[in-house]
Amino acid sequence: MLWNSFLLAIRGIHRNLLRSFLTILGIVIGVSAVITMVTLGNGATQAVKDQVASLGSNLLQIRSGQRMFGPPGSGGRAPSFELTDVEAIQERITGLAAVAPEISRTATVVSSANNWSTSVTGSTNDFFVAGNWTLAAGREFTKGEIDGGQTVCIIGETIRRELFGSSLPLGESMRVKNFSCEIIGILVSKGQASMGRDQDEIVVMPIRAVQRRLTGNREVSSIQVSVQSEGDIDRAKNELTELLRERRRLEQGEDDNFNVQDTRQIAETLSGTTQILTMLLGAVASVSLLVGGIGIMNIMLVSVTERTREIGIRLAIGALEREVLLQFLIEAVVLAMLGGLVGIVLATLASIVLSGVMSVPYVFDPTINLLSFVFSAGIGILFGYMPAQRAARLDPIEALRHE
Amino acid sequence: MSTLIELKGITKTYGQGTASFLALRGVDLRIDEGDFVAVMGPSGSGKSTAMNIIGCLDVPSSGEFLFRNVHVEQLDRTERALLRRHFLGFVFQGFNLLARTTAQENVELPLLYRGEPAAVRREMAAAALAQVGLTGWEHHTSAELSGGQQQRVAIARAIVTNPTLLLADEPTGNLDTQRSREIMDLLVSLNEQKGITILMVTHEQEMAAYAKRIVHFVDGRVESDVRQQEIA
Ligand SMILES: Nc1ncnc2c1ncn2[C@@H]1O[C@H](COP(=O)(O)OP(=O)(O)O)[C@@H](O)[C@H]1O
Ligand SMILES: [Mg+2]
Repeated sequence: MLWNSFLLAIRGIHRNLLRSFLTILGIVIGVSAVITMVTLGNGATQAVKDQVASLGSNLLQIRSGQRMFGPPGSGGRAPSFELTDVEAIQERITGLAAVAPEISRTATVVSSANNWSTSVTGSTNDFFVAGNWTLAAGREFTKGEIDGGQTVCIIGETIRRELFGSSLPLGESMRVKNFSCEIIGILVSKGQASMGRDQDEIVVMPIRAVQRRLTGNREVSSIQVSVQSEGDIDRAKNELTELLRERRRLEQGEDDNFNVQDTRQIAETLSGTTQILTMLLGAVASVSLLVGGIGIMNIMLVSVTERTREIGIRLAIGALEREVLLQFLIEAVVLAMLGGLVGIVLATLASIVLSGVMSVPYVFDPTINLLSFVFSAGIGILFGYMPAQRAARLDPIEALRHE
Repeated sequence: MSTLIELKGITKTYGQGTASFLALRGVDLRIDEGDFVAVMGPSGSGKSTAMNIIGCLDVPSSGEFLFRNVHVEQLDRTERALLRRHFLGFVFQGFNLLARTTAQENVELPLLYRGEPAAVRREMAAAALAQVGLTGWEHHTSAELSGGQQQRVAIARAIVTNPTLLLADEPTGNLDTQRSREIMDLLVSLNEQKGITILMVTHEQEMAAYAKRIVHFVDGRVESDVRQQEIA
């Protein structure tokens, strides 16, 4: 009987191809939206993790405020760092390979040929150690340039290409906002971009130059610390925390108003955000799946009305109430599952294309695919039941008389 | 001849209270196996109502209805559906074929509900279509068939299960005289050759003349019941 109902359902779908297509459209969109969102979100999480992992595991990042991505207020109230903090770290803590202060501002950089809006970072030569940068040409900053805050720049490959085309601009000047800056070094390209961010789009200047010319204050927004040996990371972390608490005059029992994170923690913080975003987007998309289910119910109800006479014929011929019910229910479920399948195919295509566009890895998630499919079948049952029951309960005489 | 159906004091009331309407006012009728009965009478006299009750599509308000000594008025919806499935065939005035469905599929439909395998269905449907003279038209949909052909498909669908009783409510009502006569010839041959008992409603004296017996309904009662002279 199940097989017969299935057969009848398939015929019913086949007889009304256009309507069947319109019926499943909602489910198709819903399923593909859910899967695409979740897949891209997973890819973004993966990208963040990969990117942070590429920094190496001997890196510590110090920021003011309690959490890395807390609400604006929590970071704002905590005092920021200054260069004296950096000097103190260098003096008092041993076993560090690099201590790089960082402050950055977005600015337009202009050559004779072109201009480009980018983030300009102020730091010291330690920046290149902590960030694994090597020079392709030119030199690092001199001590005099750093101490004196000279306007000299070391630029990434993308900036070089965009502003100077094929030439090597060593010794040439470019304008940063409203001052001129001599280019003294070019960084080796890191190549891979991730999540639309190009790592080679970088301009580094002595930190005092950025403070004086761009930010107008003495603040250091973060400090990157590179530890000589990986095994030393916990000790360095403890000592850094102790030193900074002392310098910030925190009482016993008072919470830190800064944070020291290793790369694993950074990855967790960053991917935590993308994961929440993924869940949110997935939830929004699943609403469209529900709407798709209502679409199925709507069209199945119309279908029952439209096919009243057909139902009457079936009942007169000897179809049982439960056979008619099953036929319409199966029709709804088959439609919903069909929608689910088409949705999965579309989502796979969309995810592959979009993850390419967004430069995040394509990560196939079997769980979400299976879940969406099962969910759409469930929606077929849920929203197909009412119309099916209405069909089954029709009075055959009335149904036959129906025009 | 054994009795196939028997109606005893059947009444049918539509609606309730002051709006209620007594469509059948005590119908007594007996039909033997193998009979061919034409039901006539003015519009609104209760012919269709009686047909629906005999066709197990509806239940009487009071009275007894026996089908092969089974009290149909006591059966539930599912049991009546099974009775229809196994013993009855229906032909309606409006043909009532499934739209966008081939003749073959229409005729196979009752077999599908009986759970016959595909090969059997195909064979039986082809045989039924051959019997109504539609060999070669199996794969035409209703829209591609004339009215007479559609009614033949409907008859094929009604007889494909070898029903005991064929119920036809004004089967020629939508057809011209020529097609009507062809349909009547077909019904007569089904009655004579396959022994199917036929109960047919008609307005036309000419069509009623094909039957063995004519029952007249007036105001929800059987007014006359005449067995025709055997046509020698
Ligand atoms: N479902 C119904 N509800 C109310 N009245 C009905 C219904 N069906 C039939 N009737 C009434 O019952 C009477 C008999 O109808 P019917 O059996 O269809 O007559 P016939 O087929 O002889 O023309 C008519 O007066 C009709 O209006
Ligand atoms: Mg009538």
